[in-house]
Amino acid sequence: MARVSLDGIRKVYGSTEVIKGVDIDIADGEFCVFVGPSGCGKSTLLRMIAGLEDISGGTLTIGERVVNDLPPKDRSIAMVFQSYAIFPHMTVRENLAFGLTIAKAPKAEKDAKVAEAARILKMEHLLERRPSQLSGGQRQRVAIGRAIVRHPGVFLFDEPLSNLDAALRVDMRMELAKLHADLGATMIYVTHDQVEAMTLADKIVVLDAGVVQQIGSPLDLYHRPANLFVAGFIGSPKMNLLKARVEGVDATSVKLASADLGTLVLPRANAGVSRGDEVTVGLRPHHLATASREQRVGSQPTGDQRTGEQQIGGTVKLVERLGNETLAALTLASGQQLIAALPGDVDVSIGEALRLAPQPERASLFLSSGAAVN
Amino acid sequence: MASKFTRSNRVGWLMAGPAALLIAVFVVLPFIFAIGLSFTNQRLISPNPTEFVGLANYEQLLGIGVLTLEPERDAAGAVLRDADGAPKYPTLRSVTRNNPDFPQFAGMREWFSFQLGEHPTYVLARDVVFMKAIVNTFIFVIVVAPVQAGLALGLALLINQRLKGINLFRAIYFMPVVVSIVVVSLLWRFIYDGSSGLLNNLLAALSFGALPRIDWLGEPSTALGAIIAMSIWQAVGFHMVIWLSGLQTISPTLYEAAAIEGSSKWQVFRYVTWPGLRNTAVLILIVITMQAFALFSQIDVMTGGGPLDSTQTIVFQAVERGYGKQDISGGSTISVILFVIVFSISLIQRYLTREKQ
Repeated sequence: MARVSLDGIRKVYGSTEVIKGVDIDIADGEFCVFVGPSGCGKSTLLRMIAGLEDISGGTLTIGERVVNDLPPKDRSIAMVFQSYAIFPHMTVRENLAFGLTIAKAPKAEKDAKVAEAARILKMEHLLERRPSQLSGGQRQRVAIGRAIVRHPGVFLFDEPLSNLDAALRVDMRMELAKLHADLGATMIYVTHDQVEAMTLADKIVVLDAGVVQQIGSPLDLYHRPANLFVAGFIGSPKMNLLKARVEGVDATSVKLASADLGTLVLPRANAGVSRGDEVTVGLRPHHLATASREQRVGSQPTGDQRTGEQQIGGTVKLVERLGNETLAALTLASGQQLIAALPGDVDVSIGEALRLAPQPERASLFLSSGAAVN
Repeated sequence: MASKFTRSNRVGWLMAGPAALLIAVFVVLPFIFAIGLSFTNQRLISPNPTEFVGLANYEQLLGIGVLTLEPERDAAGAVLRDADGAPKYPTLRSVTRNNPDFPQFAGMREWFSFQLGEHPTYVLARDVVFMKAIVNTFIFVIVVAPVQAGLALGLALLINQRLKGINLFRAIYFMPVVVSIVVVSLLWRFIYDGSSGLLNNLLAALSFGALPRIDWLGEPSTALGAIIAMSIWQAVGFHMVIWLSGLQTISPTLYEAAAIEGSSKWQVFRYVTWPGLRNTAVLILIVITMQAFALFSQIDVMTGGGPLDSTQTIVFQAVERGYGKQDISGGSTISVILFVIVFSISLIQRYLTREKQ
């Protein structure tokens, strides 16, 4: 068990800086997920922690030791790779015991540790098989088992579920969560899949272009994204981002206006914006509701319970029915797209004009610099 | 969507036709001919009609016998002794030439002899030169296969690195492969030259003249060794490239996994690299074995089988017999014997290196 601390970590290839000074503190026993689009440097960062890549600058501490220049085996880490990286010519037992074989451990110790790992992962019956006789999920379990046998302070996972099919991915995700609960070990997990990040993490680190965009709990990131990048990256479907202008600010609210929104009043105090500022409003698709099924754009509002509140009108361009919800893509007056996730099986059709009611209290507000306004 | 063009059987045969025809005419047909001719007395040019002779050719080539000579005795049964008191033995010729008591040894010659108990024992062969050719070929294969494969693997490991100018080294190591073996053999004849060859000059310079000059290709004790060394050097680059392709199929993450587990360089080779090269190793071993058994050009250019038959080989004998002596049936028989040897060894190698479940 160990805490991990990254302090000003940098990675430079030639003249290209790919990790631009990253500071992260991961507490002992914490499940930390690095998430970001491909090429953001999350895998590089993990490989630097593992010792597979040199650290160009900064300090990496695992436990109480600075490990910048230690070889991987002395860092008290174990790593699980996307491609499993289990040795094809060895049985599962030999794969699990590999590190101990390398260290010339006595047979009794090997057997005990392999048995323990096999028990934790419920794969005692697979021990004598070869990797070619295993399914993808079983192979990944062997790779995780090999990590468990090492009794590391920190588990490192590099997109471990990306090679599995969707159903298996959900199962393995739950098993990983359970494993974390059982072992209580520090885990660092790299993924580009935000669902994995949201479901597994105690703490998410969102990376883009080698820079940490935000660190926080999953719900923190969802409800209070620090900037436009995090807002667009976390949440599915993506948050709708609409340009607007500040019309007025008072003690309890900010009044915005744009062609698409009409006027929208956000109940925010001390927003740090002033009249005339260009801002961006973030509206989650799940925070939009149909204002009125009967209403059509241009007609007069009649008898709707939300009459008098702000509404956004547009033409439906695409409908995706997922059963539990219906995704409607609208084109607004300015030509911008807006996606709404409407609960249940809503009867909307392409070409229909639809009016949606946003929930101003749940909207996010971003300055023109991209930073969020709290 | 498969068009008629790609599905038509006729078009397929038409495409494969030229290659299939050439293979049939120059590989399959001669192969069948060789088997057939090996049972006849066919000569390259002969006025006599060809006759079926059964296994006579095989008997002639492979016939061997072991003879332990008994000392000569007088009428009373006492051993005759010469002036030094050593027992007197009959001459070998008296047994193998026109001796009705030993028809099985008729026409055989001494291959080698040793002392078994107190009496000399002779191993006789009907065709001593061919026996020497078989032994030389086997020595060549047994030395070349492991040494060439090992050196090639070593080179492949060395050049499988990301270093500046590594391609230059790859090219240098591969260069001898693209030069014709005949040209290489001619050049190495100069290197091995007995009086002013490069090798002798080099050794003399290194030893300040202490080492005597050796006629590498002219001495029965060094000729085969010299040809082995040159042959290994010439083709090592080819097998290096095959090893290299095998090395590059091994997933880099396996190396990373091994690094995380703390493997030493030797352990990485033992647990990751070598098992990953298993199929490549089988391929290389079989290819080298087959190439080594076909040893001909170097012999033809450098020694012509000499000195004293010390570099005779099976294929050289086949050519020598078939065309030099115009004994087509004898040459065919040697080819068939070579085929059986190489085929058996390939089967054994495949069996020994099979994937164990």
